[in-house]
Amino acid sequence: MNKEIIKINDLKREFTMGNEIVHALRGISFTINEGEFVTIMGSSGSGKSTLLNILGCLDQPTSGTYEIDNVKVKDLSRNELATIRNEKIGFIFQSYNLLARTSALENVELPLLYNSKVSTEERKERAYKALEMVGLGDRMGHTPSQLSGGQQQRVAIARSLVNNPVMILADEATGNLDTRTSYEIMSLFQELNEKGITITFVTHEPDIATFSSRTIVLKDGNIIKDYLNKDIKSAATELAALPVEDH
Amino acid sequence: MRLLNLFKIAFKAIVLNKVRTLLTMLGIIIGVAAVIAMLAIGEGSKESIRSTISSMGSNMITIRPGEDDRGPARGSGGDVQTLTLNDYEVIKEKSTLLNYITPLVNGGGQVINGANNWPSTIYGVNPEYLDIKVVGLQNGSMFTDAEVQSASKVVLLGQTVVDNIFPDGEDPIGKLIRFNSIPFKVIGVLEQKGENTFGQDQDDVVIAPFTTVQKRILAIDYLNQILASAVSEDDAPEAVTEVTEILRAQHKLLDNQNDDFSVRSMEELISTFSSTSEMLTVLLVAVAGISLLIGGIGIMNIMYVSVKERTKEIGLRMAVGGKGSDILMQFLIEAILISITGGILGVILGLSSTYFIETFLQWPTSVALYSIIISFAVCAVTGIFFGWYPARKAAALDPITALRYE
Ligand SMILES: Nc1ncnc2c1ncn2[C@@H]1O[C@H](COP(=O)(O)OP(=O)(O)O)[C@@H](O)[C@H]1O
Ligand SMILES: [Mg+2]
Repeated sequence: MNKEIIKINDLKREFTMGNEIVHALRGISFTINEGEFVTIMGSSGSGKSTLLNILGCLDQPTSGTYEIDNVKVKDLSRNELATIRNEKIGFIFQSYNLLARTSALENVELPLLYNSKVSTEERKERAYKALEMVGLGDRMGHTPSQLSGGQQQRVAIARSLVNNPVMILADEATGNLDTRTSYEIMSLFQELNEKGITITFVTHEPDIATFSSRTIVLKDGNIIKDYLNKDIKSAATELAALPVEDH
Repeated sequence: MRLLNLFKIAFKAIVLNKVRTLLTMLGIIIGVAAVIAMLAIGEGSKESIRSTISSMGSNMITIRPGEDDRGPARGSGGDVQTLTLNDYEVIKEKSTLLNYITPLVNGGGQVINGANNWPSTIYGVNPEYLDIKVVGLQNGSMFTDAEVQSASKVVLLGQTVVDNIFPDGEDPIGKLIRFNSIPFKVIGVLEQKGENTFGQDQDDVVIAPFTTVQKRILAIDYLNQILASAVSEDDAPEAVTEVTEILRAQHKLLDNQNDDFSVRSMEELISTFSSTSEMLTVLLVAVAGISLLIGGIGIMNIMYVSVKERTKEIGLRMAVGGKGSDILMQFLIEAILISITGGILGVILGLSSTYFIETFLQWPTSVALYSIIISFAVCAVTGIFFGWYPARKAAALDPITALRYE
């Protein structure tokens, strides 16, 4: 019944730095099912980003297997990996990574530009819908410099949604935001998750993890904990409970 | 569809960097404009030489005494005495491809009318001279064959001579003038021809029967030249061969002996001068081409900087599904757009500067369509060539490395 979106087995990633080998991932296995909201926790340097980059097909493991949506990633060419990223994955970065001096709408359209199956009209329409979904329907023409950090991250989220991916991957997506804005963004992720979107969210902040349904904790490239949250907090409720600041 | 998107992306990048793009284009713009203007000047001077020479009679064939030394700026025979009236008569009798022929003797001297005198050159010819040179009369009439027979002392004057010895604007026809010490009656004034390309005043001439000039002025028994005119321009080369054969036989030259005369058609003269101006054109175009090359290197330089600067953007594009080939095409299209837009602006600048050169400097110019096509093609090739390496560099980036780049 539960569809497996991600299935990794004994995943290892080593980096060679001169004559020293850094073991960023030391043999990791887990499965993520459709509809899960997983946070990956761990201190800085524990291998979270390395893991997420492999899950996002941006990087290849040194050994071990990885299947996304039943596709074995190991045997894919550079171009096939690009297609997987384009059609199955939505990636969100800590630093937003929006194109400067380019409108929100055009930023959101970007993944669809690389998908020849999507026509111009459909592309515009889907980009607009995605922006509306993140609450920026009225900011389509704004460029990143005309948007706040939280709004920029919303544009990035819209961009990750626009290609209807099987999974969204976020690396410290709230890392550059204040608590209030972080909670707003988390509330948005919870909304998206309720609509059935699978989310894998890297963070090192324990309070962020309480909003997810499952938490995987890494340490020095190993999984030290993998548990389901019995008490999932609502980001919207937490947000309302925050002390009101004077602006 | 995909390609259209890539065009949009590339176009957007160019628009976002207007000033830099324009500065990059500047090299190409100046290069293309220079190529077009230089070729127009070269082509223009070639055409003007051709038309001047043609106006001197494009069917004309010149026979000179002495071995051929092929220099364009040669005097008329000098003291070589291998050409005689007999030669003229034999050629006239035997040739089949000539319709006019005249002997020519010439000498310098003073043209005198009372207190006014003017140094000029007198040409002794027969009446066919006018047809060979394609020159008409403003006034009066040409001397007749009978006047040639009798070595009459009659002359026709060019306009420059008229202006200098009749400064008050009297009608020279019927007046008695002297060339050196010999009196002549003026019977006609030649049509004005102006300066030729070599700066020679074609109106500074005096024409008289060759018999008169040969015997009464120069006291010689040989000819300085024989001028003839081929039946048509196309027949000129063959006429040259024919005349050469006739003269070799006439001069009893053996097979191992060189000609003791030279026969040249106008066509040869044109090509002699054209080749000089062609060399100049090649030189000008080479200089212009180098500036185009520098323009291309400018594009490569800017594309390298652009790839470096936009490494993070490239990483993002790859992260959202851009393939290496998409990135390659994006930067290649960008380079080509820059070079082609530069090319278009260069053509416009080239044409307008050609127009200014023609209008204000009064240099003859002629814009050849091929120069536009060539510089345009060179632009596109430049774009591809110099855009290729930076674009490939961008395409080969690793997505993670590119995303991490600061
Ligand atoms: N490209 C790389 N080259 C060398 N070492 C790397 C590279 N990427 C990550 N590492 C190393 O791998 C380890 C895990 O890094 P990372 O996954 O970025 O940690 P986190 O995201 O949990 O802070 C660190 O020790 C880091 O220095
Ligand atoms: Mg990290």
